[in-house]
Amino acid sequence: MQPTDYNNPEYYHKVVDCQYACPAHTPVPQYIRLIAAGKYTEAYMVNWESNVFPGILGRTCDRPCEPACRRGRVEEEPVAICRLKRVAADNKEDISHLLPDIPKVKNGKKIALIGAGPASLSVARDLAPLGYELHIYDNQNKGGGMMRSQIPSFRLPAEVLDQEVNYILEMDVVTHFNTYVTSLKDILNKQYDAVFVGTGAPRGKDLILPGREEGKSNIHIGIDWLASVAFEHTHKIGRRVIVLGGGNTAMDCCRTSRRLGGTDVKVIVRSPFAEMKASPWEKEDAQHEDIPIIDNHVPKSYVIDNGKLTGMYFEKVKAEYIDGRRKLVPTGEADVFYPADDVIIAIGQENKFEWIEKDLGIQFNEWDMPVVNEITFSSTRQNVFFGGDAALGPKNVITAVAQGHQAAISIDAYCQGQDINVRPAPDVKLFSTKMGIHEWSYDNDITTDIRYIVPQADKAVTLSDRKKEVELGYDMQTAFREAQRCLNCDVQTVFTENKCIECDACMDICPTSCITFTMNDEEEALRMKLLVPAINKTQDLLVSDTLKTGKVMVKDEDMCLHCGLCAERCPTAAWDMKQFLYNTAKAGHLCYA
Amino acid sequence: MTYIKPKFAHPRLPKNELGFTRKEYEGSLSTLCAGCGHDSISAAIVDACFEMNIEPHRVAKMSGIGCSSKTPAYFLSNSHGFNSVHGRMPSVTTGANLANRSMIYLGVSGDGDTASIGMGQFAHVVRRNLNMTYIVMNNGCYGLTKGQDSATADYGSVNKTGNMNSFEGIDLCALAIELGATFVAQSFSGDKGQLIPIIKAALSHSGFALINVVSPCVTFNNNQGSTKSYDYVREHNETLSSLDFVPVKEEILTDYDHTKVTMVEMHDGSMIKLNKLSPEWNPEDKLSIMTALHKAREKHEILTGLLYIDNQSTELNELLNTTSVPLNQLTEKELCPGSAILEEICRGLR
Repeated sequence: MQPTDYNNPEYYHKVVDCQYACPAHTPVPQYIRLIAAGKYTEAYMVNWESNVFPGILGRTCDRPCEPACRRGRVEEEPVAICRLKRVAADNKEDISHLLPDIPKVKNGKKIALIGAGPASLSVARDLAPLGYELHIYDNQNKGGGMMRSQIPSFRLPAEVLDQEVNYILEMDVVTHFNTYVTSLKDILNKQYDAVFVGTGAPRGKDLILPGREEGKSNIHIGIDWLASVAFEHTHKIGRRVIVLGGGNTAMDCCRTSRRLGGTDVKVIVRSPFAEMKASPWEKEDAQHEDIPIIDNHVPKSYVIDNGKLTGMYFEKVKAEYIDGRRKLVPTGEADVFYPADDVIIAIGQENKFEWIEKDLGIQFNEWDMPVVNEITFSSTRQNVFFGGDAALGPKNVITAVAQGHQAAISIDAYCQGQDINVRPAPDVKLFSTKMGIHEWSYDNDITTDIRYIVPQADKAVTLSDRKKEVELGYDMQTAFREAQRCLNCDVQTVFTENKCIECDACMDICPTSCITFTMNDEEEALRMKLLVPAINKTQDLLVSDTLKTGKVMVKDEDMCLHCGLCAERCPTAAWDMKQFLYNTAKAGHLCYA
Repeated sequence: MTYIKPKFAHPRLPKNELGFTRKEYEGSLSTLCAGCGHDSISAAIVDACFEMNIEPHRVAKMSGIGCSSKTPAYFLSNSHGFNSVHGRMPSVTTGANLANRSMIYLGVSGDGDTASIGMGQFAHVVRRNLNMTYIVMNNGCYGLTKGQDSATADYGSVNKTGNMNSFEGIDLCALAIELGATFVAQSFSGDKGQLIPIIKAALSHSGFALINVVSPCVTFNNNQGSTKSYDYVREHNETLSSLDFVPVKEEILTDYDHTKVTMVEMHDGSMIKLNKLSPEWNPEDKLSIMTALHKAREKHEILTGLLYIDNQSTELNELLNTTSVPLNQLTEKELCPGSAILEEICRGLR
């Protein structure tokens, strides 16, 4: 193998599994260390710079970081990254003095942001400090988009949402709320220098089956129904509720139903339980609220009696796998009837672009989605940009934020007459943590504690009050203990070939047998030659240049504990533990943390 | 700040036939200097015992005093151990071995512990052919007392203070062969590929097995001019034989070149496949190895590999016809067999 190119920051970035997996690349270990040190405000600002909504995401994020967490491979459960983020948000002090200054005199460029969800708000956050005049349009009466209309208050209290939305709106953002934009042409005619479309995926999929029309007063579309609850138009639901669908929206629907009078609430889903789209913890939370999840049931018909919905028929199926493709095959058993007073359909959502005229030079593809550059988030019309669910289809909040950052960079470049395809490099720092012979500026003593459970409020209380937050969050002591589970993967093992005397001390001491000195080979062969074969190919090998004896040092990053023992046992400081900070570029290279 | 080894291990760590991983053969975290050759030897012992499926409780780790003699704390923490008086490890091991011959005796010593204060003891344990493996972690200096030249420092070697050693160094391998050792090997701590099979062969050998391992002292004897530094040993290492250890159960290939390969059957039925790198040398011929050692010394080479083996020897317990039952398991019945037996013994002596 070729020696690893240490000068490419992407190598070390990939070692920090959580940060690499995060769409916004938030420097996770950095803020976890700050939380452990009790520096909640600093931890919050590290988050705020990167993901804009730490308090919201600390409660609702899809957590792509956690399945990636190295702790999950070394031990069993990943670090509770998401809920630690909430700790920073809950315990921060006033941050108003840390927020960027907003120029009183604007730079003369006007930007329209359509939709006031996480994507548009992220664009606004990045562009407001640069002096842009920002106009945000939304049909709701407040900012937040789907974070307000679709995420129930028992998961995300309104105060938390308001605070983080307002940090941005208070940056001189001009709001046009209660305004449903029906024509992009009208917006473009208002002489905006650029338009950002962050309208999400606002149409819930319907399920047309026999009885749909007759039963319509008791059959609801999930996201519309959630919005109607959030905006206090809907206050109750029937006693027996069937929720169709296996995603997080289905989980929010069933749990909301439990709070609105549903005592017999079921989730019924086509796929096997393990393959449901909902996050495992959201499924657990639903089950904890006495909501059974019935899998392998395909809806057949709505049953109407005397013009009133009485239940639904389902066909029982089992999953069969042919060439890795799943097929739901009927079991041949009789169809099953489940009684219900109300049915909520939460089987997915779609985009809605009728308001974009076809003659504006914005191309749409065969699925009626705009043609969007996945790096610049520009459309085929140079002054119109897309982000969030509106750009590449429904994903999640953190993806919308990440896309918002990229769109903001593009809008800034476009408005300043620069090439939007030239992307700014990340801000990278690499510095030694060595303080003494066995002393490092990070805590390298690795606890064996298993993941701490986030305490919840009493079920009797939460089920009777729709707005009562279920999760109480970690207290400071538990947060500290959970933070100590972090392996500090951003403290990198940096190897310097010409200092190595090949004494093997690092190889002998490594608690997880990551380091091997051996003759070089092709990657496949080299992976199998290591002390423990490196079969996890998603993890890179750190390969040195050829050493004096003709061998190379190979380190499998997979199970490295970042404990620093290799560096402690190295007589010549050929190993050093260096902290690696990686911040993706933001528009105008602003830095807040 | 920590100096604690994390408890986590690689989840896919290989297991041996006993179901143990290497972790079960490790010891406490070493307090020797970072980069000490001794730590590599400890790791090689761990590997050898793991790969040989040795039950840790069957091993007795014996040592004297010195950096080397601290190492039993750093390997096989599930084994027995005795850290004895300076230079007296051989007599303690002799006693232990006579009292219980069912154990595997692994002695660890240094150049001071063996070639200075323990020289007399060393000579006698060799000539008695005690069934043990005796590893010398040889760094040519007294590392524990700040690096004075030891008795094995080579003539002309320069120490860290810049002084040249004006005495001849003791060649422990040549000496052991002269004294009647039945297994003599020399290796380098920085070459585990060679060292591990040598340790395995030594542990399988019935009788006295000496492994002299050049083990650089990174703190006091790894400077330019030293003949026991990492760089010097790598440059002057002359491999005499490479060796494959073939455990009892594995089938032995009969098809090999007899001029280059010697198969040596060990007492326990395992085999050593010896790849000879020097045609003049015969591992079972004392004269050829003594010649080779003298020639190497003239050329400033360090001969490594298995140097000499006599696998027909009689180890001490066999020679003395001692009981195979450990003394602590003998009961009054065996120890006092009664007047009839006594009478028989007395009759035999008349």
